[in-house]
Amino acid sequence: MSDRSVPTADRIDVRKTYKLYIGGAFPRSESGRSYPVQDAKGRLLAHAAQASRKDARDAVTAARSAFGKWSGATAYNRGQVLYRVAELLEGRREQFGAEVAAAEGLTSERALAQVDAAIDRWVHYAGWTDKYAQIAGSTNPVAGPYFTFSLPEPTGVVAVLAPQDSSLLGLVSVLAPVLATGNTAVVVAAQDRPLPAVSLTEVLATSDVPGGVVNLLTGFTDELAPWLASHRDVNAIDLTGAAAEARADLQAEAADNVKRVYLPRDTDWTAEPGLSRLNAFVETKTVWHPIGV
Amino acid sequence: MTTLARDDLTSVARDDATLRRFLHGLPGVDQVGAEGRAASLATRSIKTTAKAWAIDTAISMVDLTTLEGADTHGKVRSLCAKAARPDPSDPTAPAAAAVCVYPDLVATAVDALRGTDVQIASVATAFPSGRASLATKLHDVREAVAAGATEIDMVIDRGAFLSGRYLQVFEEIVATKAACGPAHLKVILETGELATLDNARRASWLALIAGGDFIKTSTGKVSPAATPPVALVMLEAVRDFRAITGQLRGVKLAGGIRTSKEAVRYLVMVNEVVGDEWLHPALLRFGASSLLNDLLQQRHKMTTGHYDGPDYVTVD
Amino acid sequence: MFEYAPAPESRDIARLKPSYQIFVDGRFRDGAGEAIKTINPADEEPLAEVAEAGPSDVDLAVKAARKAFDGPWGRMSGAERGKYLFRIARAIQERGRELAVLESLDNGKPIRESRDVDIPTAAAHFFYYAGWADKLGYAGFGPAPKPIGVAGQVIPWNFPLLMAAWKIAPALACGNTVVLKPAETTPLSALVLAEIIAEAELPPGVVNILAGGPSIGQAIVEHEGIDKIAFTGSTDVGKIIQRTTAGSGKRLTLELGGKAANIVFDDAPLDQAVEGIVNGIFFNQGQVCCAGSRLLVQESVADEVIDSLKRRLATLRVGSPLDKNTDVGAINSATQLARIRELTDAGAAEGATRWSPPCELPERGFWFAPTVFTDVSQAHRIAQEEIFGPVLSVLTFRTPDEAVAKANNTPYGLSAGVWTEKGSRILSMASRLRAGVVWANTFNRFDPTAPFGGYQESGFGREGGRHGLAAYLDV
Repeated sequence: MSDRSVPTADRIDVRKTYKLYIGGAFPRSESGRSYPVQDAKGRLLAHAAQASRKDARDAVTAARSAFGKWSGATAYNRGQVLYRVAELLEGRREQFGAEVAAAEGLTSERALAQVDAAIDRWVHYAGWTDKYAQIAGSTNPVAGPYFTFSLPEPTGVVAVLAPQDSSLLGLVSVLAPVLATGNTAVVVAAQDRPLPAVSLTEVLATSDVPGGVVNLLTGFTDELAPWLASHRDVNAIDLTGAAAEARADLQAEAADNVKRVYLPRDTDWTAEPGLSRLNAFVETKTVWHPIGV
Repeated sequence: MTTLARDDLTSVARDDATLRRFLHGLPGVDQVGAEGRAASLATRSIKTTAKAWAIDTAISMVDLTTLEGADTHGKVRSLCAKAARPDPSDPTAPAAAAVCVYPDLVATAVDALRGTDVQIASVATAFPSGRASLATKLHDVREAVAAGATEIDMVIDRGAFLSGRYLQVFEEIVATKAACGPAHLKVILETGELATLDNARRASWLALIAGGDFIKTSTGKVSPAATPPVALVMLEAVRDFRAITGQLRGVKLAGGIRTSKEAVRYLVMVNEVVGDEWLHPALLRFGASSLLNDLLQQRHKMTTGHYDGPDYVTVD
Repeated sequence: MFEYAPAPESRDIARLKPSYQIFVDGRFRDGAGEAIKTINPADEEPLAEVAEAGPSDVDLAVKAARKAFDGPWGRMSGAERGKYLFRIARAIQERGRELAVLESLDNGKPIRESRDVDIPTAAAHFFYYAGWADKLGYAGFGPAPKPIGVAGQVIPWNFPLLMAAWKIAPALACGNTVVLKPAETTPLSALVLAEIIAEAELPPGVVNILAGGPSIGQAIVEHEGIDKIAFTGSTDVGKIIQRTTAGSGKRLTLELGGKAANIVFDDAPLDQAVEGIVNGIFFNQGQVCCAGSRLLVQESVADEVIDSLKRRLATLRVGSPLDKNTDVGAINSATQLARIRELTDAGAAEGATRWSPPCELPERGFWFAPTVFTDVSQAHRIAQEEIFGPVLSVLTFRTPDEAVAKANNTPYGLSAGVWTEKGSRILSMASRLRAGVVWANTFNRFDPTAPFGGYQESGFGREGGRHGLAAYLDV
């Protein structure tokens, strides 16, 4: 008996089912569909859930219901939560290195560099949560007896079409700024490289990010994007992962409820991120109050 | 406020405009400050002898309550037995202050509690919504008193309050008090529907001036029910009312209080905000059902030194 | 009667060691000065021995700091510096209770305050400035602002760990290295912070912590290898430092004394105002530079407010700092206690009416009962001089102009409080009060994102927030 309790070299490994992440839970697609995901050399890695428009709708509902609490949390608290994501990701560095290497066809060393940069990017944005308002806000010296100030507020639910090329660093680079300013997100993962994104949701689920703040759909970007672009309860959309020829139509669909549309300017994920993604998903609110005894 | 005499207080209700000016002239409540004070009081650490005293005191203040559509005579009899002798294995455990039931079950409670000191409270005035004609509400009260209720828990008309018809609310309380006869009147403010602490303060004063013997947070049917900041504001009202009139009025905290820890925190708040005169069932009550068993489990823990399980207290 | 049983926090949690060493160039060692005993102000019993620094240690520390500045720390990217600061923030959070108990033992402050205010705020300060390290180009000081160099930092005994955090975190975030001296009566938490810094594996010399008395502070201020001095403490010493550094080219920021007015209008939320008055002057036994030591209350509500205040003070629990229910702990030192006694005696002699709630003070240790003076006039010493103790002077006013005039009638200008439900009045008062921090319908709030510092003789420079970076950047 005892000799069987220790796994041997020919042990059969237990494989993971890759699911969606909606409202803090991991459902399969309501459509029951999945699609094969291959590595850079065309070998099958897994079958990922192929999300439907109804999954997209459910994800928006989850993101909306999470918005009040997340946007109402103190900036300090959001910073602590995002930093915690970095801590947990660091603990699974090797796993993500292997997944990114498989997804993107990188050497182990280069894949790990991507993971490290992704961890540091969470830290970078953790630091922005309680500073962004300090550089984006202002007091306005109006010509009259009024105290006026302007401050940024999150725009709401943001649909993010994650970049197709960079499965982890690119994803973190587009997701973290959306969260840092207090928005909630519905993310469509890179269509052909979705597995690191799914694993990232497992990190999010075990960190302190409340359920519904991030929702992940895997599947076909061109199938899901129009539903998100036209959804009236989505406030903004990041078109980074959209095909170039699809962007004009998606922008036009977004006009239905005057969505904020973000079009990426560059896709060098290793460069310093700058402010454009933080600026993209905030509203500026100006408050006036009289001054008098 | 300290310059107001007792006569001024009743005269503030001579018409709607005067009553409104009085209630809106009360000092404002800064929500952040009130919440901070309540949270600070909650950090008090009550241990050993203090905790044992607090638990027994809390048990003696429980209005053991059942207010369900599914209530039956059997359910009420069982509740009464529990109120009279909460811990069958330990006669030193104090009895609850009262049972609280719907009017049609008062007679059952009177029968079951004969020979004990446990009071019989009944909700009335179209509890919990209060949406009925005044005549119906008063009839509800008279029936409950006639059946033997010694305490009446009325609800105010929150719709009237929120639309600024303060005098109507005032007059309903006065009329209900008259209908109570010898029974004590507890006025349920339903602070969860009043929404702001300023409103909780105004409603407290309204009820106190109108003659309520107790002011009570909630029906238990609306969330949020009793919260520490609301309790703080109501206790301040009772404290300030006493400063003006010399009269001691009670406070009943009801709805959502399930654990001994919460009950002990409220006792600390009462102790530090209005003083230990109020640490008596005549002036402080907890409206609750599951709280009593948690208090009993904590009591077992204090006496045996071991954590207790739910199978060691009775399910009623 | 509801008597609260004793609820003592265990002193074992502090992991008190028999002796503590200074931290220079990444190593702990005995200083060249005397070994002194630091005592518990609550009972005057010795807590531990501290091997104090001598002047030669200052020199070694400055050299180590310079080497680190010219070496690894100076070359490091902001993002990497930031990660070190995040490590420190997390370690303070992890060892929060240990630090809280240690702080209460060494300082005398109630565990409720060290646990709920000092330590978490210190951690938050590191967390906040950690995030700035890679974002300095966005802070409004130009695209790539440079650090100053070696910072000499001298801090007081009233918030030992928190003041260390206020000093070290922004300095490191901006890329400076530091030589810090904690107060002579409260060195322990800073030396445990040195342990945390060592465990976080910061390069040697980036942070040096020297226990010692005024002579070590003076040696730091005078040392030629130091580029910037940051001092928090009394106005008298601040003036000496400003004179000493004159002509030296050293940058200087000073956070000094105060005599804050806490102004209560008749339309204030009175119950919360009373809480704010109590928090304003009895928080940390009133040993707070921004304490609301002058209550200015509008005459129409003065009696009511004072009655409420007295009733509230009767519920304050004065006693063992380690008891979780203690509201007011011990005075930090015999020297400070003597100063408080001198000024309060002067207040009584000058004709103000003195009142304290009934409370029994422990026999041993440095204790002073919460005290309120009414019938105070502007001419009294207790209305002019900083007492730095649990002593409130109550004055009255009739109009907003009078409140402003009285509030500003002081050489200080650190903080002020305004209590009114009228928003426009808050803003009007805020604009007319000559103070670096104005709290409206609250008091003694501190947050790493919010700049703090004084006007006039309360010092110059700001700590906290984006503005706090300016003190440590070559701008």
